[in-house]
Amino acid sequence: MRVPVLKQGPHLIASVQSALTDDDLVELRDDLAELVGRHRSRGVVVDVTALDVIDSFAARTLRTIAYTIRLRGARTVIAGIQPDVAFAMVQLGLSLEGVATALDLEEGLAFLTRRTTGEAGP
Amino acid sequence: MSDEARVQIKTDVDIIIARQEGRSLAAKLGFSNTDQTLIATAISELARNIILYAQSGEISVFQAQKEDKPGIVIIARDDGPGISDVSRAMQDGYSTARGLGLGLPGVRRMMDEFEVVSKISEGTTVTGKKWMR
Repeated sequence: MRVPVLKQGPHLIASVQSALTDDDLVELRDDLAELVGRHRSRGVVVDVTALDVIDSFAARTLRTIAYTIRLRGARTVIAGIQPDVAFAMVQLGLSLEGVATALDLEEGLAFLTRRTTGEAGP
Repeated sequence: MSDEARVQIKTDVDIIIARQEGRSLAAKLGFSNTDQTLIATAISELARNIILYAQSGEISVFQAQKEDKPGIVIIARDDGPGISDVSRAMQDGYSTARGLGLGLPGVRRMMDEFEVVSKISEGTTVTGKKWMR
């Protein structure tokens, strides 16, 4: 299932609705890299609240998304990793090193607003 | 039948089916949400290994009992190339460093019992067991 991406002001919100196949994740990566340019977005929130599992491939793809978007000149924040999912990731030895995370969508957007306006400032 | 599930693993969609089957059995057996997530994540990783290293195989999950404790058994079986050095594959960072799944040490941490049996050119069987606390 393709992940819907909404534009909210200078930011994009990718709202994951259900379990994602590997192809879905790769599609999301490509979509976001393209949409950041089309909308000249400053930041992206990937809301993963609905994900009940983040395995090695999902973690790697989320990291790739964040790094790719950074190279495109915008910031990414992964929002809404659930407590059990976070614990399982730690057990498995997965991290999202170098990737911003936030409690939920609201915190994610607040983070981006702070970051992107901060960088544009004096 | 309801206390056992078998899923053929061929594509990335099967990974999701396998872990959802595992989670629903774990839920039915009374595992906590945290354990259900560990079980589902372990299955996801084992199914991923099957696709990465053997192209196809099977995941089965079923109920088990150890003394008074109910539990769940996960078996991931393939007839792929096999693992040449199982003890090395069990070392942290052996292949996760390349980001190619495997992650057997990680899966072992999620389970109470864990065993890998592998024969070159015959295949690999990974068995994980988790008991209710």
